[in-house]
Amino acid sequence: MIGYPANSILVLVEVSPSGQLRSGAAELIGAAASVGSAVALALAPTGNAERLGTELAALGAAQVLISETEEHASSVVVPAVDALAAAAAVVAPEAVLTANSIRGRDAAARFAARSGSALALDAVGISRDEEGIIAHHSVYGGAYLVDSAASTGALVITLRQGSSDLRSEAQPSNVQQLPVAASGAPEATITAYRETAAASSRPELRGADIVVSGGRGLGSGENFSLVEGLADALGGAIGASRAAVDAGYVAQTMQVGQTGVTVAPQLYIALGISGAIQHRAGMQTSKTIIAINKDPDAPIFDIADFGVVGDIFTVVPQLVAAIEAKRG
Amino acid sequence: MKIIVLMKEVPDTYGERTLDLETGLLNRSASEPVLDEITERALEVALSHREKDANTEVVLLTVGPAGTLPATLRKGLAMGADRAVHVQDPALLGADLSLTAQVIAAAAKHIGFDLVIAGNASTDGGGGALPSMLTELFGVAGLASLSTVAIDELTVSGSCNTEFDSYEASIDLPGVISVTEALPDARFPNFKGIMAAKKKPFETLDLAQLGIVIDQETARSIVISAAQRPARNAGIRIEDAGDAGDQIAEFLAQNQLIKGRSA
Ligand SMILES: Cc1cc2nc3c(=O)[nH]c(=O)nc-3n(C[C@H](O)[C@H](O)[C@H](O)COP(=O)(O)OP(=O)(O)OC[C@H]3O[C@@H](n4cnc5c(N)ncnc54)[C@H](O)[C@@H]3O)c2cc1C
Ligand SMILES: Nc1ncnc2c1ncn2[C@@H]1O[C@H](COP(=O)(O)O)[C@@H](O)[C@H]1O
Repeated sequence: MIGYPANSILVLVEVSPSGQLRSGAAELIGAAASVGSAVALALAPTGNAERLGTELAALGAAQVLISETEEHASSVVVPAVDALAAAAAVVAPEAVLTANSIRGRDAAARFAARSGSALALDAVGISRDEEGIIAHHSVYGGAYLVDSAASTGALVITLRQGSSDLRSEAQPSNVQQLPVAASGAPEATITAYRETAAASSRPELRGADIVVSGGRGLGSGENFSLVEGLADALGGAIGASRAAVDAGYVAQTMQVGQTGVTVAPQLYIALGISGAIQHRAGMQTSKTIIAINKDPDAPIFDIADFGVVGDIFTVVPQLVAAIEAKRG
Repeated sequence: MKIIVLMKEVPDTYGERTLDLETGLLNRSASEPVLDEITERALEVALSHREKDANTEVVLLTVGPAGTLPATLRKGLAMGADRAVHVQDPALLGADLSLTAQVIAAAAKHIGFDLVIAGNASTDGGGGALPSMLTELFGVAGLASLSTVAIDELTVSGSCNTEFDSYEASIDLPGVISVTEALPDARFPNFKGIMAAKKKPFETLDLAQLGIVIDQETARSIVISAAQRPARNAGIRIEDAGDAGDQIAEFLAQNQLIKGRSA
């Protein structure tokens, strides 16, 4: 019988149907370990416990719980909620942490409702004071910083992907299988499935240091290669405005803004983006903002550190050449 | 089929949204209230189903303060919903997600439903958790963040694109779904709809009528501090005179933003 420290933070990490860890586990475990003892929980098909245990310990999990289940590949969320309930019963964590991803949020919300716990969504960091765990939020496009806590009991927190740089030191591997009693809650049936986590050479949008985004000003999907060229010259990720997504230039997962991804990179470059308030809500806390737009009145210039009134089709090729020249 | 659409009033995203730093609550008077765009798309899903299956009732449900909400919700009736239920109670001021979910669950049970349709996330809270909480509280099946939806008598199916994968799935009714902005824009209310909306049933309920007593012992999420970040200012702005690309590169170099090739 292993005991769990009183400051345990239960972390749900995401695993692919074939049993591979999704990106984001290091961030979650790093954040958890900064305030307590990280207990990682993963669901995986049978036969993956030892390997995942080793991988998660290397990311800083003091203890690892694996629920091996054949339903992992075919289910949407119920087995994860059941596993969270089983793990929380043995660990008695001070907080429960998941990614603020679609599945992470689904599982966290359902676990909070099932267990009657307080829920803190889309945190950009966690810390603790004398009374317990605190979640930090950046709201209304980063215009406000809000801290929240649970009035009582464990706080269930979803952490915005790519928002925290904290990483933990490796721990000795300490893995256990977690027996999970199925709740029997009605579940969706998956009828078709496709992996989309593309093996791209570019950094992921969430958490990238440099983001180059394109808007309606690009004019077509083919012209988006202008955005890609600049992103590759700088080693950056690619983003887009909702107008560019709606026009079909790029996939919805690239949308930056209020209803898309929120980013806060070192450098954000907006190409042919007007800077509507909903777009700004997803990028205005970037450290440095550069904008190129041919309309001198575009609102993006109100928040740009360096704004160019000009045509992206002439300025960007010159910029790419100048970057290559400077790097030599 | 009886469909409940969860409508939410939010501050217009085109306006400035402000927080009361004392309470950590949204400053409702500071910006124009509108129906959250995504909940209008949820309503559009319900209305287009009713066009195919006339034997469908579409009920709007919202939880929020008195004041502007009844007028805001009328737009949903004008778009074509059959009736509306508004839960309001002074005790709900500052309600956290758990309490809101409890109230919506009680009201939805009071109305009765085969399907509940919500938006995937609200633009003010941005939580994206309420539909999942409801699913759990009801003990029914749910599908979150659908970008396509097909409804028939006994099931709902749809597709979801997550950060890592994409899948199609279906649930047996009764159930709860949430939809994303990938679904079609909502229709505009026409004149006939606006006139008809005035006569449609509009029920207002408080917590006592739903039999809800707020339990002080229940875990709540509480705001313990709120601060405003200084607004961002405009920096340099130049007109391209033929060398803007070079000037940006110079700016990047000065700010150490051009890294050497790593590979
Ligand atoms: C509820 C809600 C949520 C929303 N969420 C988001 C969101 O998450 N993200 C988002 O981005 N938007 C969002 N929007 C939409 C937002 O209001 C704008 O419509 C959108 O951001 C506009 O995209 P854009 O800047 O690419 O297009 P436009 O506003 O059309 O701007 C295109 C710009 O390109 C410039 N341009 C054209 N050609 C050139 C050229 N050759 N060289 C240089 N410049 C050129 C034009 O001057 C113009 O300023 C949301 C809206 C609502 C109502
Ligand atoms: N107070 C409310 N009244 C009615 N519906 C709501 C309310 N809050 C949230 N919802 C619904 O739940 C969805 C997701 O909300 P949220 O979890 O707050 O992001 C919204 O798009 C609405 O459909």
